[in-house]
Amino acid sequence: MTSLEKYNAAFIETFDITEEQLNSELVYQSVEAWDSVGHMQLIAALEDAFDIMLDTDDIVDFSSYDKGKEFMAKYEVEL
Amino acid sequence: MTFYDMLEQFGEETALITKQECLSYAQLQIGVNKLREQIKDRCLVFCVCSNNVESITGYIAFLQMRAVPVMINPVINKELFDSLLQSYEPNYIWARKGFYPGQACYVYKDYALFETKYRQKVELNPELALLLTTSGSTGSPKLVRQSYRNINHNAESIAQYLNISGNDRPITTLPMSYTYGLSIINSHLLKGAAIILTNDTMMEKSFWSLLKEKHVTTFGGVPYTYEMLKRLRFLRMDLPYLKVLTQAGGRLGKELHLEFAKGCAEKGISFIVMYGQTEATARMSYVPQDNTISKAGSIGIAIPGGEFWLENNNGSMINEPFNTGELVYRGENVTLGYSTCKEDLAKGDELGSILKTGDMANRDEDGFYYIVGRKKRFLKVYGNRVNLDEMEGLLKKRGFNIACVGEDDHLRIYVDNGEPDVILKIITGLTGLNRSAFNVYKIDRIPRNAAGKILYAELG
Repeated sequence: MTSLEKYNAAFIETFDITEEQLNSELVYQSVEAWDSVGHMQLIAALEDAFDIMLDTDDIVDFSSYDKGKEFMAKYEVEL
Repeated sequence: MTFYDMLEQFGEETALITKQECLSYAQLQIGVNKLREQIKDRCLVFCVCSNNVESITGYIAFLQMRAVPVMINPVINKELFDSLLQSYEPNYIWARKGFYPGQACYVYKDYALFETKYRQKVELNPELALLLTTSGSTGSPKLVRQSYRNINHNAESIAQYLNISGNDRPITTLPMSYTYGLSIINSHLLKGAAIILTNDTMMEKSFWSLLKEKHVTTFGGVPYTYEMLKRLRFLRMDLPYLKVLTQAGGRLGKELHLEFAKGCAEKGISFIVMYGQTEATARMSYVPQDNTISKAGSIGIAIPGGEFWLENNNGSMINEPFNTGELVYRGENVTLGYSTCKEDLAKGDELGSILKTGDMANRDEDGFYYIVGRKKRFLKVYGNRVNLDEMEGLLKKRGFNIACVGEDDHLRIYVDNGEPDVILKIITGLTGLNRSAFNVYKIDRIPRNAAGKILYAELG
């Protein structure tokens, strides 16, 4: 699996959404499962998938699918 | 002394703070007065509340004029809301504009007062102050009836054991319709504190900005909140104004209790673990700050004015330490009882200030209580009570052969004639809880004994 596929899989599995929903409109609370509980699950899934540990500031600022991509670069994950 | 009748005594002190505005107690009372003019007599109102100025204004107005609000979470599923409407026939609904189809008879900021089609006045017992859903309700219109005495006693007791003063600044972290969230509001209004209102969650940057900017001194959380705080590495954050954290809504677990007790102590923050139920207005016990480390894992001692004891199966009192029995509480905050329809609202006190909690507990030689299990089959999911038998019943009604088991925050559902995805959708729709709380497994056959009873032990 490529890094992008792993990144996508974390969203698809955590929020039970389709690949088509992975776009700029996918933001915090835009789908039912992406609430505060879902957010924590997502962060856990990403941390496991890439063996990284996100900083607090990044966790609470990880407000969209697109924004998350920017953060990944910071943790040396090339998407 | 009541927390709702005397707002003016705090005059120009700040009552409510949001991202956009700041209201003094006197200003809050002005908003309250305007709403009070709209409703003349004591009647039933659905108060669809979030953590905002309008909801607090409505709540206080209804209490002041002795109208009885049913506190409802705006994310309630439609089926349950309709069933509540039909069961209770309220005269008014106070909710966000557009929440209810119909003519608004009064508008305040983003909220409107809607008149319903029900013109008859429901008979309300004179003691009845407000009604709350039992947390995690799954389609049943069951409400807890709380009296004026209940809410005032509990607010006083909480303010006493937490030493709440006008200098405190709580930020909302729980729904206002949830007993624990409401008790934070009540106990702080009582002391003239300033409440920071937000519906943002701890997973949002805006929450933390507000907390820092407004010099928040305290907040509360359910066990899951503390899991989140742990992941956010809360103990490494620099929040110099924060003085008190409280926890309720389920068992935190000894390890997490200790971690926060120790970590908070180093930062000069009190970490107070508590225990409560909607049936006891909100809270029944707390672990005093001096014991938070030595008694980690305990629910503590009864709150001021309350009393605990343990009963065995025969209903006799257990006196020796470390013997398990059902935890029983007595206090002025034990509610009047339940209601399932409007006729029940005329009823008086059915519990006589004594609550059998349904929790199994023991007591150590210092008089601290420890929950060890539950009498009935229910779980706490993100602070909400989920009754496993009720859940099975709801799915059975839809034609599934179902068995529900699990631990707090992890409910396992076994089915032998349905698709897990379909069931997951139904369950999240009914409860409004995040799907990660549920695991659905397809198995060949639900194990049953000869009498047809489900053998839960075989489901692990």
